[in-house]
Amino acid sequence: MPLLWILVIVLCLGVAGYVLGRQRAMASAGGDRRILHSLPSYYGANVSIFTIVPALLVLTIWLFVQPVVIERQVTSMITDTAIEDAGSRGLVMTDVRRVAEGLEVAIEQGALTSEEAQNIRTEFTNVRSRLGEVGVALGGEVTPEVLDAAQRYRELNRIGNQMMTIVVLILAALGLGYAYARTHQEFRARNTVEYAILTILVLASTIAILTTVGIVLSMLFETFNFFQLYPAQDFFFGTEWAPTFESDASELGLLPLLWGTMYVSVIALLVAVPIGLFAAIYMAEYASARVRSFAKPLIEILAGIPTIVYGLFALITVGPLLRDYFAEPLGLGTSSSSVMTAGIVMGIMLIPFVSSLSDDIINAVPQSLRDGSFGLGATHSETVKQVILPAALPGIVGAILLAASRAIGETMIVVLGAGAAARLDLNPFEAMTTVTVKIVGQLTGDTDFSSPEALVAFALGLTLFVITLGLNVMALYIVRRYREQYE
Amino acid sequence: MNDMRAVERDVDTNDLKITARGVDVFYGDTHAIKDVDVDIVDNTVTAFIGPSGCGKSTFLRCLNRMNDTIDVARVEGSIMLDGEDIYDPKVDPVQLRAKVGMVFQKPNPFPKSIYDNVAYGPRIHGLAKDKAALDEIVEKSLRRAALWDEAKDRLDQPGTGLSGGQQQRLCIARAVATNPEVLLMDEPCSALDPIATAQIEELIDELRSRYSVVIVTHSMQQAARVSQKTAFFHLGELVEFGETGHIFTNPSDPRTESYITGRIG
Repeated sequence: MPLLWILVIVLCLGVAGYVLGRQRAMASAGGDRRILHSLPSYYGANVSIFTIVPALLVLTIWLFVQPVVIERQVTSMITDTAIEDAGSRGLVMTDVRRVAEGLEVAIEQGALTSEEAQNIRTEFTNVRSRLGEVGVALGGEVTPEVLDAAQRYRELNRIGNQMMTIVVLILAALGLGYAYARTHQEFRARNTVEYAILTILVLASTIAILTTVGIVLSMLFETFNFFQLYPAQDFFFGTEWAPTFESDASELGLLPLLWGTMYVSVIALLVAVPIGLFAAIYMAEYASARVRSFAKPLIEILAGIPTIVYGLFALITVGPLLRDYFAEPLGLGTSSSSVMTAGIVMGIMLIPFVSSLSDDIINAVPQSLRDGSFGLGATHSETVKQVILPAALPGIVGAILLAASRAIGETMIVVLGAGAAARLDLNPFEAMTTVTVKIVGQLTGDTDFSSPEALVAFALGLTLFVITLGLNVMALYIVRRYREQYE
Repeated sequence: MNDMRAVERDVDTNDLKITARGVDVFYGDTHAIKDVDVDIVDNTVTAFIGPSGCGKSTFLRCLNRMNDTIDVARVEGSIMLDGEDIYDPKVDPVQLRAKVGMVFQKPNPFPKSIYDNVAYGPRIHGLAKDKAALDEIVEKSLRRAALWDEAKDRLDQPGTGLSGGQQQRLCIARAVATNPEVLLMDEPCSALDPIATAQIEELIDELRSRYSVVIVTHSMQQAARVSQKTAFFHLGELVEFGETGHIFTNPSDPRTESYITGRIG
């Protein structure tokens, strides 16, 4: 039975369980819902949960386990000579799966009856051309051994699917029966449902955490592979970035990229922090409600602009402007892509991050502190400078660090604004590049994932991840450490 | 209500510090204070009593123009401090608030050290010419607020770490440090326990020798204990104003009598 049907049947059983459970609960209370321990809908939901959850859980596990078990069974049928002919066991198994799938497709399309498919022999039929007719292309002629394995594969799959259908449906029915039998006016259905909801919530947060772990692990493994091919000290302390895909003479030093990242980020923060902070102070302290109601959304629009659009702005407006009015007159360079261009545009992008968070934080400072300061004869700006900003400082530092980790991870603005030349240089009007840009560079186009030139991307990614993780942890620590100092 | 006779009712001087005439306050369309006349005498504790929402805090905040920080508030009439109209355009409200200090309902120490809390006003107004002078101001203010003995060993610790009563005395020290002439207190004991309240009340009586004190309170016993003059507000009007003993023992307005005997409020 196809998977979709199993799902539909289980869900239908669940709905039926809901109705039945509800009815039984009401019946057990003689139709008076006040006697019930829980609301009638909880009894229904309880039966539904017992019907659906175990069945679907088993179904999911089964879908993962079955292919592995079958693969193992079929693999043992392949002889070593066949493996040597094809090159590797994996390639033979790919053929087996293709043939098995091809036969299924042929039956579905009516090119073969299921009996014909079962009795098909390489001696009498050209399996490759028959399957080719139904649109399944095979790399080479099908050997009897592969055909046998494919038949076995189909057989096992068929049995497995049948058993799965039976087990899942029985489980659903059993769950329904069990929960239905337990439904009684004194049964605490509400608590069971509560527990089920708790489980869902826990699962959701677990998935979020596990995903992070998974990302880190995948990066770690590839990075490990990279360091087997390329010495770690050359990566971390190398001052040259010159990957060549032809020879072994690649120089893959992290420092020029890290320098570019830091340089651009620092310029971006120098732009974003004062402007964002001052905007936040104006919004939170001075602006009237009317100004605030339209100015705040306007500032936040900046946060909604895609970074590639910022990149275009850097490429066609800011870059040439800086070159014509600053770099060339000052004799600092002739490039329109520069650290300065990317930094300034990225700073503009970060303004709403700083201002919006800081605004909220300044607003959270209790009015009583403002009153206290005004009551002592302080002016508004003295109050802001001496009372409100110190009180809000931890939160503001947190906001700045979050903006910094955005800056470090930014790619598009750098590609279009700062160029792609890795360079260790102090001149801000010189083109440089960052870690993120090089990650993209190393992984686009034809890449061989066993060469250090491609694998270096993972080491770069992990380095970035560690840096931004550090910044985020620091931000969280600062915010938490000093929060509620005033309260 | 025996404790109302506990304090002697002498008013030491009769110098008028603040005279308010025909004061009206509007919050948007709400008429919060209606035609109030009050005279605050120097070196006296004046208590404002009345049920919640009667406008006593609002009127108090007129006396140092704290209502200016609320956009919709509008004040009419005249309030003279030492014969000078505080709502005159020539008067800088910021300077005025240094002269008319304020202590709030909830203790609100700044998230700074005890020392910096007290030194805040003097620093802003440039009252100390060097560090030694500032130290002296801080010590003097903390002594006046009866906090010096408890705080002298921990001046560099945050003011927020003190107990509620200590925090409120710190706020009084902070207000005293700017050398004000009038101290406004907006229910200074409502967030405190009875012991801390007693300490503050004692302190208020001592402060009277240097400042004229105006206190808003919900507690009639407190008004009776600490004040020499009492003003009773009801629904934005000043119902009765006079000697505390007189108000509490022989009120001339039936509404005052109803309030102090607990029938309205």
